[in-house]
Amino acid sequence: MDLLTELTILVLAAFVGFEVISKVPNTLHTPLMSSTNAIHGIVLLGGLYLIGPADGFLNNFLLVIAIAFGTINVVGGFLVTDRMLEMFKRRD
Amino acid sequence: MYTATFLQDPDFIRSLYIVAFALFIIDLRLMNHPRTARTGNVIGAVGMGIAVIATLLIESVGDYGLIALGVAIGTAVGVPAARSVKMTAMPQMVALFNGVGGGAVALISFAEYRESLAAGGNPELDALIPILFAAIIGSVSFWGSNIAFGKLQEILPGRPIQLPGQQFVNIGLLAVCVGCAIAIASGTESEALFILILVGAAVLGNMFVLPIGGADMPVVISLLNAFTGLSAAAAGLALDNVALIVAGMLVGASGSILTMLMAEAMNRSIANIFKGGFGGVTVAPGAGDGEAKPVRSTDPADVAIQLAYARKVVVAPGYGLAVAQAQHTVRELADALEKRGVEVLYAIHPVAGRMPGHMNVLLAEADVPYDHLKEMDEINPEFPQTDVALVIGANDVTNPAARSQADSPIYGMPILDVDKSEAVIVLKRSMNPGFAGIDNELYYDPKTQMLFGDAKDSVSEVVSEISEL
Repeated sequence: MDLLTELTILVLAAFVGFEVISKVPNTLHTPLMSSTNAIHGIVLLGGLYLIGPADGFLNNFLLVIAIAFGTINVVGGFLVTDRMLEMFKRRD
Repeated sequence: MYTATFLQDPDFIRSLYIVAFALFIIDLRLMNHPRTARTGNVIGAVGMGIAVIATLLIESVGDYGLIALGVAIGTAVGVPAARSVKMTAMPQMVALFNGVGGGAVALISFAEYRESLAAGGNPELDALIPILFAAIIGSVSFWGSNIAFGKLQEILPGRPIQLPGQQFVNIGLLAVCVGCAIAIASGTESEALFILILVGAAVLGNMFVLPIGGADMPVVISLLNAFTGLSAAAAGLALDNVALIVAGMLVGASGSILTMLMAEAMNRSIANIFKGGFGGVTVAPGAGDGEAKPVRSTDPADVAIQLAYARKVVVAPGYGLAVAQAQHTVRELADALEKRGVEVLYAIHPVAGRMPGHMNVLLAEADVPYDHLKEMDEINPEFPQTDVALVIGANDVTNPAARSQADSPIYGMPILDVDKSEAVIVLKRSMNPGFAGIDNELYYDPKTQMLFGDAKDSVSEVVSEISEL
């Protein structure tokens, strides 16, 4: 993909993000943050993508750490969000 | 054989990425109501699973042993942390998660740059610029988040730490990072310069969070969240990965909105917060000194009577409630009152707690139904019909000076109008002023009574008094 197409997607995603997120009530702002934590764990893909072709100890080492960091975000983020949302109940 | 090639078709993989980011958007869309949010979260997790599988299908992806190692380490750290973290510690947890996300981006951009150098030189500009951007923002986010974590966890002092001329140092550091980035982008091939960028951004991340006081943490955490998202989007540009671009930008938008909401709720510009040191400012409020003014104090038995015979009670909780771990006791109080036919609601100021929405989570954990938690705009018109407003561990967000005293540092900040209710009972440890160091004239209002002591002890005494009525 060329850079301009990607920037188009980026700008549209920003508008979608603003629209969707501005409808999230204050009550759910903490779960929202932990769930966006999980979503930015998607940087994990960068690590997965690069580690195969990467050569040398240092590059592999950096990327293993990056994959570990991304995984912490993904599994930790979705789990902790679920734990919080489970607590939000109506009367009865 | 046919299926194998079909699965590895780049267009198929890109299609899976489109499915993944659509699921992320649905996840965030379902976050608009507590009833649907949990389903949304599961949908988001499914989207992530699809994105990961799609990436593993890519033909050039290999070194599965190392991938498994990284995933295993991440799971071993992430799962127990997510399972065991206390709800009061959620701001630290989110700060830490922001940090590792930014750290991952910084590491990936460094590895990608090194790979490119080994393969013969700088990457193309349309990849190089996003890589440099991702390196700077990712590194700032990693180190800034760690400092925020340290402050929230009280490993570091929560008060602002400032150097003389700090702003100039920060501007200088940013100039170093941007200067090195420009040098690389204009053709210099140097790993050393790239490392200098990472280090400069690391120091900048430290320096920009250290001067920020504990009570400004909701803004800092939100901003770091936005940074991490933007750095992920930049990494997506560098890697031509549409899932990363969209997901990163969604997070960036979310963090930006929360940053603005939090700054608005404190009536402070973002620039002003990052100059730091609000907590350290010596404020000389107008309207004379507080010393001579009379304060009416009360006792649990009297509070119990007032609450038990009220029709409507509104609880205004602040961070002090969380510090005293009084949320469960407050719920018991509300149960006791509701049994007697009293309507109990909660007035939640947007910055009650250490991160956006923190107080709601703490009260939800104590089994307070979410439809009793009212946002500021919703509850303020109700105070004139409220018999008793019970202020627990909240201070500045109830100070009427924000409405009336133009010379007050908090003038213009939106507050909970507790003073418009019939009577106000303030639970407070002592007469110490709040974080802003400003005297609260609510305490000298003739209809206000003060119940001094630890919030949890006070509330449980009130509960036992009510049961004896």
